[in-house]
Amino acid sequence: MRARRECLACREKKVMIPLNHYLLLSAFLFSCGVLGVVVRRNAIIVFMSIELMLNAVNLSLVAFGQFLGDATGQMLVFFVMVVAAAEAAVGLAIIISLFRNKQTVNIDELNILKW
Amino acid sequence: MTFEQGVFYSLAGVTVFSAVMMLLQRNPVNSALFLILNFFCLGGLYLTLNAQFIALVHILVYAGAIMVLFLFVIMLLNLGDDKRLTEHLGMRMYLGIAFSVGLLVELLYMFGFNTPSSYTQLSPASAEMGTVEFIGKVLFTKFLFPFEITSFLLLVAIIGAVLLAKKKIVQ
Repeated sequence: MRARRECLACREKKVMIPLNHYLLLSAFLFSCGVLGVVVRRNAIIVFMSIELMLNAVNLSLVAFGQFLGDATGQMLVFFVMVVAAAEAAVGLAIIISLFRNKQTVNIDELNILKW
Repeated sequence: MTFEQGVFYSLAGVTVFSAVMMLLQRNPVNSALFLILNFFCLGGLYLTLNAQFIALVHILVYAGAIMVLFLFVIMLLNLGDDKRLTEHLGMRMYLGIAFSVGLLVELLYMFGFNTPSSYTQLSPASAEMGTVEFIGKVLFTKFLFPFEITSFLLLVAIIGAVLLAKKKIVQ
């Protein structure tokens, strides 16, 4: 449809970055996020690790969508971003109210739901 | 090494570096700054995938809105190098590291090395698909209902955030 927007790489058929490399990067970022959630004690850093995991999944969704020629991947990423924004707002509000009640963000001391 | 490869590998290197540094920092402000660096590099990676709209929205929403919110909360709570937050190298931490590394190996094996290697370049349609025009067209036709539902989700999030963070009025 738009010849001038067609990327150079697609026309020349040269060796590009394969899909695998995007997936490897995404897997590494996701594992970093898991490590942060499991190991760190600061609730805010745990929260940031969750954002990192969401982003790792976003990267692999966009990569799959662009390599397979399907727009659904980008749509999913769009909705994930909306959910992440909502989650960040509510989660940080929860952290603020927890801090107001317990004067700490250490998740080991936040055990009031433990029976 | 072509130009595209150079851009990709340098961006990927900085992404990995900033993700690891985010985990290692003790001060949450430094962690947040490294995460912002990570988000900018991810935006660049989206550009290498010809996803311009997603790249822009990613930078706007994550680096612009979410991380500002994080930094705002960190500074509001005035969390310095809190001694009570000192991470202990306990049994649980070693177990956590072991499981994370196990997950990493599993994911690398599954995705990285088992994917068919025929996908070596972007689909010819990808340049067209990343544009705002195309995304808007799909978003307002095929995905109209989920799009409308997200507005409701955002409304719920606004109300929830205000309700949770509001100070209780003492009678």
